[in-house]
Amino acid sequence: MSEPIRSSMAALDHRPPAGDDATASPPAGRVGRRRTSRRERLEIAILVGPAIIVFVTFVIVPVVLAAYYGFYKWSGFGKPTDFVAFDNYVRILTDSKFQKALLHNASIVGLSLLIQGPLAILIALLMNRQIKGRSVIRVLVFIPWVVAEVIAATGWNLMLSTQGALNDLLRNLGLDGLTNDWLANPSIAIWSLMLILTWKYLGFAIILFMAGMQNIPTDLYEAAAVDGASYWQMQWRITLPLLAPTIRIWAFLSIIGSLQLFDLVYIIWRRVDGVAGVSTMATYMVRFGRDAGQYGMGSAIAVVLFVISLIVALGYQRVVLRRDTQGAVTGAVR
Amino acid sequence: MTAATAQRPAAEPPPVEFRAARLPWGSPATYLVALCAIAFSMGPVLYIVLGGFRSNAEITVSPAGLPSPWHWGNYYRVLVNPTFWTQFSNSLIVSLATTAGVVAIGVMASYVLARYTFRGRGFLYALFAAGLMFPVTAAITPLYLLLKDIGLLDSLAGVIIPQIAFALPTTIIILVPFLRAIPREIEEAAIVDGCSRLSFFYRMVIPLSRPGVLTTGILAFVASWNAYLLPLFILNDRGDFTLPLGVQQFSSQYSTDTAMVLAFTSLSMLPAVLFFSIFERRIVGGLTGAVKG
Repeated sequence: MSEPIRSSMAALDHRPPAGDDATASPPAGRVGRRRTSRRERLEIAILVGPAIIVFVTFVIVPVVLAAYYGFYKWSGFGKPTDFVAFDNYVRILTDSKFQKALLHNASIVGLSLLIQGPLAILIALLMNRQIKGRSVIRVLVFIPWVVAEVIAATGWNLMLSTQGALNDLLRNLGLDGLTNDWLANPSIAIWSLMLILTWKYLGFAIILFMAGMQNIPTDLYEAAAVDGASYWQMQWRITLPLLAPTIRIWAFLSIIGSLQLFDLVYIIWRRVDGVAGVSTMATYMVRFGRDAGQYGMGSAIAVVLFVISLIVALGYQRVVLRRDTQGAVTGAVR
Repeated sequence: MTAATAQRPAAEPPPVEFRAARLPWGSPATYLVALCAIAFSMGPVLYIVLGGFRSNAEITVSPAGLPSPWHWGNYYRVLVNPTFWTQFSNSLIVSLATTAGVVAIGVMASYVLARYTFRGRGFLYALFAAGLMFPVTAAITPLYLLLKDIGLLDSLAGVIIPQIAFALPTTIIILVPFLRAIPREIEEAAIVDGCSRLSFFYRMVIPLSRPGVLTTGILAFVASWNAYLLPLFILNDRGDFTLPLGVQQFSSQYSTDTAMVLAFTSLSMLPAVLFFSIFERRIVGGLTGAVKG
């Protein structure tokens, strides 16, 4: 499992994985001949030991435990004894509530990429042109990313409620026809969620893309200008292809984030969940695991969530690798 | 232009700001877009902050209005509320301890991963990198059970230690390139001067990696300050609540007192926003470093 993940990470950030980088550390022999390798092993153990212990205990072990508990019907007290084999998994996968949650997750993944990606690239492009006060703009645009999900949920909940600020604003503008029950109307709720997600995470994408654009050598644009390329031609032929690695990292983070989405949805839609058509795998897990006191079930849902994330991550890696071998960059620049 | 050179741009390209110095202002369309982006991102934040300065009657009559006159009472009542300060200090303890823990453990591990050669290094890096794909959500149920078994439920330590563990991947991914970039000559010179590799770590590596450490520290602090799911599972006693749990509980307890809820909410987002605004350049610089490797 680790090998593909490692190469996936390497593919994502376009640098060789740590293990293969020969220049990373001096060859063992050159560093102080008097030091035995036992001493070095001790240093390694002291330095990396705490990280391994904490990481394995609180990240790896729970994931393994989830796989174990998932085979039991268990309320979380005492030792799990009621072994039910794949019963939990069958119940999850055949539960229409889970299927809906999965569908919502899939829509959120797709819509996040489609809405935030182009919007963020466009804004980053424009803000990368000459503009005064760029650093202030950057802070202001980035702030929603720092605001806690709970706070975002509380604020948006009040703004989007029927008697909330958005409807009031629309009425004041004479657009009474556009007022709506933004959170509880099943055909609109998912779009309200997308609005909140765009607000929360667009700034992060913009900052990432702006940073990526700063790393593109300026002589490429100068050469293109000499050849008579227009501004938009340059962006299409130079910026976009050279930004591809950054876009791929952002897309990966966005996909994983969308799959694991919990806080916002749980807080805003807890009361109308299932009615309003907004739920996610994670809210399903908490509702039917912890809140229902079914910890075997909750663990099994965690495993499903984990496996789906893993499959998506590995699938993404394949797509990324294939795109790289096709030489998308070369083709585009020519 | 080959793919290889295209993907590895020059190490230090002239910043766009300088390139743009010839035309001081630029096109109005740029400002229009920037203004729209700012309005969109700051609108909800201002709604929360300004709402705290209004009265409930005003909010009911005109939800989207501005404060007139300004009511300071809501903020005052929150600021003299001992519950707010209990939750504030809980949040502060959790965030600072998480940050200190993840930075200390993370720097040590990253140093080994960046500068030691040993069998299994690639595997270790992959192990931590894999953690990046699985935020706390996927592991929360069994993590809760594990913490229950070892008696860390209903204690701040039960939030701090797992948060350190889950913040390690990001920290290591960002720090390893930083530590690897320290020139080998410095290390060799230090060794010639009789510096052991461990004391090289304390005397040279920690000061030299400060920008990366700052970035990871701020990211860990903000993530911890905002965390909801883990405290939700671990902390059941109101005296242990952190601010996100407090906001949640406060807003359901005082659901009719919207103005007060908004004041409470805006005061609890203030530290993270301030902290971030001060160090924004550092974060962006650190993220850029991590992205370009």
